[in-house]
Amino acid sequence: MRISVQWLQEWLQFDESPEQLGHRLTMAGLELDAMEAAAPAFTGVRVGHVLAVEPHPDADRLRVCRVDAGEDEPLTIVCGAPNVHEGMRAPVAVVGAVLPDNFKIKKSKLRGVASAGMLCSARELGLAEDAEGLMALPAEFEAGADLRAVLGLDDTILEVDLTPNRADCLGMRGIARECSALLDRPLQTPAIEAAPVAGTARVAVEVEDEAACPLYAARVLEGLDAGAATPWWMRERLRRAGVRPLSAIVDVTNYVMLELGQPLHAFDAGRVGDCIRVRWGREGERLTLLGGDQTVTLSPRDLVIANDAEAQALAGVMGGAASAVDEATTRVVLECAHFTPRALAGRARAHGLHTDASHRFERGVDPTLVPEAMERATHLLLQICGGQCGPVVQSGEVPASHAEQAIALRLGRIERLLGLALAPDEVERILSALDCRVQAGDEGWMVHPPRARFDLAREEDLIEELARVHGYDRLPQTLPQPVAPASTTDGLRALRAGLARRGFHEVISFSFIAREAAKAFYPEVEPLALANPISSDLAVMRPGLWPGLVTTAAYNQARQQSDLRLFEHGLRFVPDASGLRQEPRLAGLLGGHAGPESWEGESRRFDFFDAKGVVEALCAQVDGQPGFRAEVHPALHDGQSARVLVGGKPVGWVGRLHPALCERFDVESVYLFDLDATVVARAPVVQFQPLSAYPSIRRDLALVVADSVPAGDVLAAIDELDLDLLQGVRLFDVYRGKGLNPDEKSLALGLILRAFDRTLGEQDVVSVTAAVVQHLQARFNATLRQ
Amino acid sequence: MRVEQLQQLVAEARDRIEAATDLKALDDVRVQYLGKKGAITAQLKELGKLPAEERPAAGQKVNEAKAEVSGLIDARKAALAQSALTDQLARERIDVTLPGRPQWEGALHPITQTLERIETFFAGLGFQVAQGPEVEDDFHNFEALNIPEHHPARAMHDTFYFDAHRVLRTHTSPVQIRTMEQQKPPLRVIAPGRVYRCDSDLTHSPMFHQVEGLCVDTGITFADLRGVLSAFLQSFFERDDLATRFRPSYFPFTEPSAEVDIQCVHCGGEGCRVCSHTGWLEVMGCGMVHPNVLGHVDIDPEQYTGFAFGLGVERMAMLRHGVNDLRLFFDNDIRFIGQFGQTG
Repeated sequence: MRISVQWLQEWLQFDESPEQLGHRLTMAGLELDAMEAAAPAFTGVRVGHVLAVEPHPDADRLRVCRVDAGEDEPLTIVCGAPNVHEGMRAPVAVVGAVLPDNFKIKKSKLRGVASAGMLCSARELGLAEDAEGLMALPAEFEAGADLRAVLGLDDTILEVDLTPNRADCLGMRGIARECSALLDRPLQTPAIEAAPVAGTARVAVEVEDEAACPLYAARVLEGLDAGAATPWWMRERLRRAGVRPLSAIVDVTNYVMLELGQPLHAFDAGRVGDCIRVRWGREGERLTLLGGDQTVTLSPRDLVIANDAEAQALAGVMGGAASAVDEATTRVVLECAHFTPRALAGRARAHGLHTDASHRFERGVDPTLVPEAMERATHLLLQICGGQCGPVVQSGEVPASHAEQAIALRLGRIERLLGLALAPDEVERILSALDCRVQAGDEGWMVHPPRARFDLAREEDLIEELARVHGYDRLPQTLPQPVAPASTTDGLRALRAGLARRGFHEVISFSFIAREAAKAFYPEVEPLALANPISSDLAVMRPGLWPGLVTTAAYNQARQQSDLRLFEHGLRFVPDASGLRQEPRLAGLLGGHAGPESWEGESRRFDFFDAKGVVEALCAQVDGQPGFRAEVHPALHDGQSARVLVGGKPVGWVGRLHPALCERFDVESVYLFDLDATVVARAPVVQFQPLSAYPSIRRDLALVVADSVPAGDVLAAIDELDLDLLQGVRLFDVYRGKGLNPDEKSLALGLILRAFDRTLGEQDVVSVTAAVVQHLQARFNATLRQ
Repeated sequence: MRVEQLQQLVAEARDRIEAATDLKALDDVRVQYLGKKGAITAQLKELGKLPAEERPAAGQKVNEAKAEVSGLIDARKAALAQSALTDQLARERIDVTLPGRPQWEGALHPITQTLERIETFFAGLGFQVAQGPEVEDDFHNFEALNIPEHHPARAMHDTFYFDAHRVLRTHTSPVQIRTMEQQKPPLRVIAPGRVYRCDSDLTHSPMFHQVEGLCVDTGITFADLRGVLSAFLQSFFERDDLATRFRPSYFPFTEPSAEVDIQCVHCGGEGCRVCSHTGWLEVMGCGMVHPNVLGHVDIDPEQYTGFAFGLGVERMAMLRHGVNDLRLFFDNDIRFIGQFGQTG
């Protein structure tokens, strides 16, 4: 909403500067977005009266004008504007004038003819974006008068951002009411005169759904001069409000909307006919909008204004081209109606429209404005365009309002909510200034809010008004009663920190990905698709975190950063029969070199066991050793892929990205893991285990087994033995080749033995070793390597 | 035995000791003179052949010779050890100007760090962390927050939706509702997490992060809200004198509602490009929980009052770390993330 300070001053007197007013508005919830001058700085521009226009002797397009600029002698000014004509009044920049952008006017010669100044267009004065020819000024302006003074250009425009609850401030009257409360100055409401009814012409009005349009008023105005000029003051106010002046009839409807907040529409009576129907649109019905550039296809959810034949306007949004007023219009049907926010919600947007009218109706317009605005617009139209008006035909009546119900406001509640005891007379002053009717009672007040304030419906709403006008910054600051700090022990936090210490960079990738990517990694999942994605790359909810990590790896590799350790924590979205599973996962990626490059030479490259080692470290705190089972995953290399198990239950995967996906996502070979974050983040409190005071003994064995026997099975088998003295087993070599059959391998195991009560002897070593060898012999046909 | 002979032996030994260039050669000399079958040891054995009265004097001479050789050997051994050490030190000299072996430096994402910072502050005031689903139903995202179907605020949310009832949460506020459905006051929770809006340009990301806060108890006032948030902002930006201001605003789920501005951290309130020359930066929305919201979860608004607040994590991180482009957070360039390795 753009507020002209000058216009506002018509409603209330105040001394505050525009800056002070803007600050006060901001601090009352009407946020000042911008402040600008009504016109750029210029000097020396007067009202010029063109006395004579003669052709230029040497140029077809130039004219030599005699202009009365209020001096003793008329000035001779050469002018190229096509619209210059004798008798015209236009701005004249006299010699010595300075126009915007510091353009100085000097005596000059144009094609040999001396010119003592310049006749100006609105654009040259910074009053319009573009202009065809000179800015025509009204005949009543006295030649020689200073243009800034006669047009009141020394004005400031405050542009405020209104929250959706403050639709009452979408008109100057509402803004003035608000300012009167904030500045504590009385409001001077200009009287609205009812125009005398002189004609008898009328239209019939039928409203199909009174819930959508509880009140519809229309009247016929006849004998209008559509070509009449809009008075300069109205044009200026429209311009300053950001509305382009068009024609007198349209300008008046816009002006009344800006003044009171009530949108109006004028139909050409000859085109719209004599019956107005407010009805729901028909499926597939089409309507070409004002201007003729856009045709919308209607549906039964669109409220329309129609005649007997077809839709003529999108109710409360925009008129139609077919019944639009133009220069030939002499009779109009003036519409002033109330459409409910519910009826219009989302409709303009559905057609890609957003208009001054829809903006207001969607937020709520005070229905009592209908008769007032009708009279105000009629009065202005007759004044400007002449003619006469017929009677107002009205369907429905002003609907009941929340304002009829008094709100109980308790003095104690104010303090309970704000932490400040406001003085009762201050409460009354604020509420009265906001146009509330206030009656004092035992515990507080009964308050009737003004009708325009749809947002004042309950006690808390009134308390907000009190706080707002009193000033939030004048309220106290306290801290609530202290309580014990909350626990920040979060297993996940520790895991994330652990990964960062291990050289991992945490990434945050979008939760929505391309459908193709989801299908490539997780072909078995039908991903949850957005109905309105922003692009096809962000179209479905990710069934897992790997596509994001792989895309991130490709992004970094493309920027010469190939040594990567990345992880992400976030939800995956897996639709299943029971609905949608939204599960937190912790996933990671390793690619490139395992160590930084140094002068010692290239470090080795990451492989499967680096990824597996990270998974083992992440699972170190959970109950139950993690297990790994060779299993195929569609996104992983068939031979380098394992299911991760904790306590025998699958919790995730680790493996190498499938070469086909490397190719497809343009990424060098990488290793991935993905774990159920709820399982790994379960961090039990560490329980102390006693330390042995006795030394350990290590005995190394080399066992030959069939190459097909997984090493993990051998280690698990030793674990199964549950030998008291065996404290640990290290697998320190895997050998194939010379000295062994081609289908054999040798596993070198270091058995670590220790007791808590004594130093072990050779006999202990022999018995443990024998137990292990026997068991492995039985299970895997293992033999000691000679 | 002649004294001359003994002296001869000692002189010989001295020459050999001095000639020994390593510990092995030195030990050979020791064995040769002082070993069981050594030349000086043999002299001791000869003593038995002397008359008893000559033995003490002769024995003393031999022992003196032995001690002298032994002393010479020890001295030579020390000298050799010293020289060996010197050699070793010379041999083991390295170019200390070669670069150190680089350590892999990882880092948490700055958004995570910012979230943890926020969580830690509020944990100190007794706020527990709560989580909620990101694919949310219409009821929790809008309806229960006093945003009915035709409310204009819905249009302002640019909602991603899946079907008539499911949306991507547009804010973390639904966690308020989910918390209050499960727990009754006194309540202090914060809900950090991802949120989504159907909007993407230089200053809008379709996914970003918010932290929602909720405090419901008896006797909670707007003054408490102001106190808590001012303290938070001063702590977050590590400025005890950071000015904050509360401006009335509108959220359907709070009444009264406010927006919180801080004095521009870039220009200190002088006015600059970052704060659009206002000297203030809008950082949070907040207010007293709307009675309708409490009503939706069966909490008596006459008995309990509460405040709620929400903040954009990216904005807070950008202001604190001087990040000038929102998109950097989601490009995940490790050069960007790596910069936050040391900040904690």
